[in-house]
Amino acid sequence: MFNQIRLIIFKEWKLEWRNRAAMAGLMVFILSGVYISYLSFKKIVDVSAWNALFWLLILFMAVNALAKSFMAESRGLQLFYYSFLNPYAVILGKIIYNGLMLFLFGIITFFIYGILLGNPVQDMGMFILTVLLGCFGISSVLTMISAIASRAGHQSSLMAILGFPVLLPLLIVLIHLSKNAIDGIDFSVNLKYLTMLTALNLLVPSLAYILFPYLWRE
Amino acid sequence: MPNVWKIACVVLLYFTLFAGFLMPVPELPILNESIRNLYFHVTMWFAMIIHMIVTIIYSIRYLAGGKIQYDLKAEQYAITGMVFGIAGLITGMIWARFTWGAFWVNDTKLNGAAAAMLMYAAYFILRQSTEDDTKRAKLSAVYLVFAFPLMMAFIYILPRMTDSLHPGNGGNPAFGQYDLDNQMRLVFYPAILGWTLLGVWITSIRIRIKKLWNSHEN
Repeated sequence: MFNQIRLIIFKEWKLEWRNRAAMAGLMVFILSGVYISYLSFKKIVDVSAWNALFWLLILFMAVNALAKSFMAESRGLQLFYYSFLNPYAVILGKIIYNGLMLFLFGIITFFIYGILLGNPVQDMGMFILTVLLGCFGISSVLTMISAIASRAGHQSSLMAILGFPVLLPLLIVLIHLSKNAIDGIDFSVNLKYLTMLTALNLLVPSLAYILFPYLWRE
Repeated sequence: MPNVWKIACVVLLYFTLFAGFLMPVPELPILNESIRNLYFHVTMWFAMIIHMIVTIIYSIRYLAGGKIQYDLKAEQYAITGMVFGIAGLITGMIWARFTWGAFWVNDTKLNGAAAAMLMYAAYFILRQSTEDDTKRAKLSAVYLVFAFPLMMAFIYILPRMTDSLHPGNGGNPAFGQYDLDNQMRLVFYPAILGWTLLGVWITSIRIRIKKLWNSHEN
C-alpha cells in the first residue's frame, strides 16, 4: 500500500517534470493574476481585500491545476492502474501529490503577492500553517471532484460547478483563520478554527478513500 | 388500511393551518405575531433534511447493491427536498424582512442554506451531463455521499462557531429553550410530521409516474 502510494507520487512527479508545460502554465497564471492585481491596486491596505484576493488566486489556481488530475490519463494507463494497483493507493497518492504541488505553488503565490502588493501578515507561522492545511483540504476535495467530472465527460465546467458548493465550508474556515493570522490574533482564539480545519482535512480524504473504488470500476 | 398515513397527512396539515393561525402564541418583542412562521419556516427545513437523508440512504443502497430503482427514488426525493428547501428559503426571507429588516443578511446560517441549494443544483446538473443510466446513477450517488457530510458541517457546525443572528447559533438561544411553550409544541411537531408526509406522498406519486414512463419507453 505505502509502496504503491509512493509509486503514484513519483510517477506523477516524473510525468509533470518530463512535460513542464502544465507547471509553466500555472506559473504564468499566478504571475499574471498577481500582476493584474498589482496594476489595479498598487498596494492593498485593507486586510479583508488582501485576504480575499489571495484565496481567490489560490482557488482558481487549484481548479486549473487539478482539473487535469484524472483527465490527462489515457484509457490504457487507467487499465494498467486497474490491473496492478489498489484504488485506495491511487486516490491517496493523488491527493498527497496534488496537496504538495498546491502548497508549493501556494507559497510561490504568497511570495510574489507579498512582494508586489505588500505583506500585512503578522503571525507568519500561523499563516503558513493555514496555507498548508488549506492546500491539502482543497486538494482532497478537488481530486475527488476531478475523478467524478472526468468520468462524466464535460471536464472543466463541471469541475467548477461540482467543486464550489463543496469547497465553500472549507473556504469559510480558511478565510477566518488566515484573517486572524494576518491580524496576529492570539492562538487560543484560533484553536477552534484550527480544530475544525483539521477535522475537515481528515473527513474529506476519508470520504474520498471510501467512495473512490465505486468510481474506479466502470 | 394502506392509506391511513395519507389521511393523517391531510388532517395534520389542516390542523397546522388552523391551529397555527388561530391558537394563542406567546407575545415576544420584535417577533410578535410573526412567531407563527415557526410552524412553516422551521418545519420546511426539517422536511428538507428528512428528504435529504432519505436521498442519501437510497444513494448508499444504490452503491451497495446496484439496483437502478434506488437511483430513481433518490432522484425523486432530491427533487422534493429541493422544493422544500426553496420554500424554507422564501418563508425565511419573509420572516427576516419583518424581524431583522432585510430579506437577506450576511450570516453563516443563511450562507449555509444557499450553499445547500447550490449543492442540490450541482447534483441535478451532474445528472444531466451523462446519458448512460448506470453511469449517471453511480456518479451522482458518489457526489451526493461526498458532499452531504460537508453540507451538514456547514449548516450545523460552522454557524455554532461564529456569530449569527439566527436563533440557535453563536450564543443566541434556540426557540426550544424558553420561547417555545408547550402550546406551540403541540402545533410544531404535528406540522413537521404533516409536511414530511406530504413530501413523501408527492414523491411516491412522482416515482410511480417515472416508473410508468420508463416502462412505456422500453
